[in-house]
Amino acid sequence: MTAMIRVETLSKTYVLHTQGGVSIPVFADADLEVAGGECVTLHGPSGSGKSTLLRCLYGNCKPDAGAIRVRHDGAEVDIAAADPRDVLAVRKHTMGYVSQFLRAIPRVPALDVVAEPLRAVGVPAETARGRAAELLARLRIPERLWALAPATFSGGEQQRVNIARGFAAGHPILLLDEPTASLDARNRAVVIELIEEAKAAGTALVGVFHDDEVREAVSTRIFSMLG
Amino acid sequence: MSAPLLRVKDLTRLYGARVGCRDVSFDLWPGEVMGIVGESGSGKTTLLSCLSARLEPTAGSVQYDVRGQGLTDIYIMGEPRRRMLMRTDWGIVHQNPRDGLRMGVSAGANVGERLMAVGARHYGDIRARADEWLGKVEIESERLDDLPLTFSGGMLQRLQIARNLVTHPRLVFMDEPTGGLDVSVQARLLDLLRRLVTDLNLAAIIVTHDLAVARLLAHRLMVMKNGEVVESGLTDQVLDDPHHPYTQLLVSSVLMP
Amino acid sequence: MTHATGYNFAYLDEQTKRMIRRAILKAVAIPGYQVPFGSREMPLPYGWGTGGIQVTAAVIGADDTLKVIDQGADDTTNAVSIRRFFARTAGIATTERTEAATIIQTRHRIPETPLAEGQILVYQVPIPEPLRWLEPRETETRKMHALADYGVMHVKLYEDIARFGRIATTYDYPVLVNGRYLMRPSPIPKFDNPKMHMSPALQLFGAGREKRIYAVPPYTAVKSLDFDDHPFEVQAWDQACALCGATDSFLDEVVTDDKGGRMYVCSDTDYCGRRREAQEAAQ
Repeated sequence: MTAMIRVETLSKTYVLHTQGGVSIPVFADADLEVAGGECVTLHGPSGSGKSTLLRCLYGNCKPDAGAIRVRHDGAEVDIAAADPRDVLAVRKHTMGYVSQFLRAIPRVPALDVVAEPLRAVGVPAETARGRAAELLARLRIPERLWALAPATFSGGEQQRVNIARGFAAGHPILLLDEPTASLDARNRAVVIELIEEAKAAGTALVGVFHDDEVREAVSTRIFSMLG
Repeated sequence: MSAPLLRVKDLTRLYGARVGCRDVSFDLWPGEVMGIVGESGSGKTTLLSCLSARLEPTAGSVQYDVRGQGLTDIYIMGEPRRRMLMRTDWGIVHQNPRDGLRMGVSAGANVGERLMAVGARHYGDIRARADEWLGKVEIESERLDDLPLTFSGGMLQRLQIARNLVTHPRLVFMDEPTGGLDVSVQARLLDLLRRLVTDLNLAAIIVTHDLAVARLLAHRLMVMKNGEVVESGLTDQVLDDPHHPYTQLLVSSVLMP
Repeated sequence: MTHATGYNFAYLDEQTKRMIRRAILKAVAIPGYQVPFGSREMPLPYGWGTGGIQVTAAVIGADDTLKVIDQGADDTTNAVSIRRFFARTAGIATTERTEAATIIQTRHRIPETPLAEGQILVYQVPIPEPLRWLEPRETETRKMHALADYGVMHVKLYEDIARFGRIATTYDYPVLVNGRYLMRPSPIPKFDNPKMHMSPALQLFGAGREKRIYAVPPYTAVKSLDFDDHPFEVQAWDQACALCGATDSFLDEVVTDDKGGRMYVCSDTDYCGRRREAQEAAQ
């Protein structure tokens, strides 16, 4: 099975210039391979760089050294060195991301927020909305909210809209940053289901889960980070 | 391999000994939106003027992918072709809509002007196109024959956008497009811009000092300080993981409501 | 009338006339293009035809016959003074008959009687720049002319239709000369615009205050701007001239009393008078 993600000798240090130039090393020489159908969980104490590594994979954080090779469109793209437009192309077609917080866009209804990744790759509006509605229903977002902009939703509702959006496009790679943080047991179960379905469909998943139950349920492998 | 829409190389503009902008280089691709951020006096507007053929640079070049011709230096091509480019393939949205509109003629004439400038001579067609574009920027049809003098600030800015987009440009330059507007009006305009940029696959260069505007509209950012680009990259990466001391200061200085 | 002594022929000195003639030659060579010239102080105020007078002075010869009209009339103060000015400073013959004149200086009309080859029509122009309404900067309007960048001119016509349902501009109606330069025909009624097209006479335009001369040589195309679906049209009246019965001439409204009485008469006094003479002779 070919690796979907190959992280090679990746290092990251934060330098805070506004606070006297203090350096905060996060991780060094990290190596990681993730294949399709796997769910690799980043595990370690708080501050060990789990989220930073995940954000590096997504191109949201810029590492100091090393490479992040992602299988995209029949070739490998090094996210650590790629042009912005190439990273955006990878995000559009290959790599999805579910963050802890939804960055709501004013005036855009929840249904369209979820359908947008599908619309972006050219799926017709009706098909995309249909898939979005299905996900919102599974995640128990009441139908009366679908036409409203999520900015006014509760934290849990926003989180579920975010999850629906992340799973909507069925990207071959999916990054999950504490997706179940503010969910109740029933919704957690739905997210576990969604992850299992993605694995079965050959998706390569990398996640950070603070919840032991979820982690144990979905992980095929644990990647330990010492901090 | 396709070509970039705009290729900028070592662009420098000096005002005597003072630096407007210095050694700026980048490629902009079709459909790509780039934000230029930085504080007042950092050279954002000088750079935008040089890029949009309104201010001759002291050194360096700006090349544009002219239809059917490929990359062409905009300061070497003749004035007639440059003007044609500016009114067909380009749009320029000014911070103050009064600078980009004819305040003495109706909204319809403002939108129709570019069509007439490129040879449209059928009144009915021009009017219909103007009406259609007012609709796209959420201005009611009944305002078609009204003078812009009677419009609110947000409507004026939307009218200016319609006036620019009616010829289906491929590249739009915007200087603080949401500056001076109320927050609620800003949100509506941003949403409209975001949608138009996506639907029309517009490339855009947006100068703003508002990082939230940059995050919402721009795919990538250039951070300027004292006329030079100190950091550039993917928008969320620059804002969430800033490297340069100035960018860190800029990001940490934003007030959260 | 006696020829005044102490003045050069036709008032202006010969060097000034040569300078103006050079400007005229250039204007004729580039139909519709505004040629700057060194406009002189004339013994009449700006707005009374200082540009027209200088052009006339530069082209008039001892054997010319001059006609001067103001709004079509030969007998108004402006027309009479200018006619007398040239009679005294050049000693030339004057006439009120259109076909007898070799030079016709006009303010705001083209005579109804068709002009012929060899005649010169001199227009008095207040503002020569057709783009001034849209663009206040001279540097920019010159560039627009150089690049034939005239699309914005239609904005004004568009605005007319949007507001009044038709092109409401009735005088000084913009034209394109020889398919190239946009030109203001001076404040003649648009009724007269078609007469400029392929006219056998030479048409010269002089703007004294603005210091510009331009020209339409004989047999030159002059097209009034319009839209495909709102073509150019001239004014029409639903009545004939109250004096001569003409139905083909430009009519002025004349208020006859303070009870709302009014009549419409030809603005071209020569045309109207000659028609009435002919009618009387026939009776």
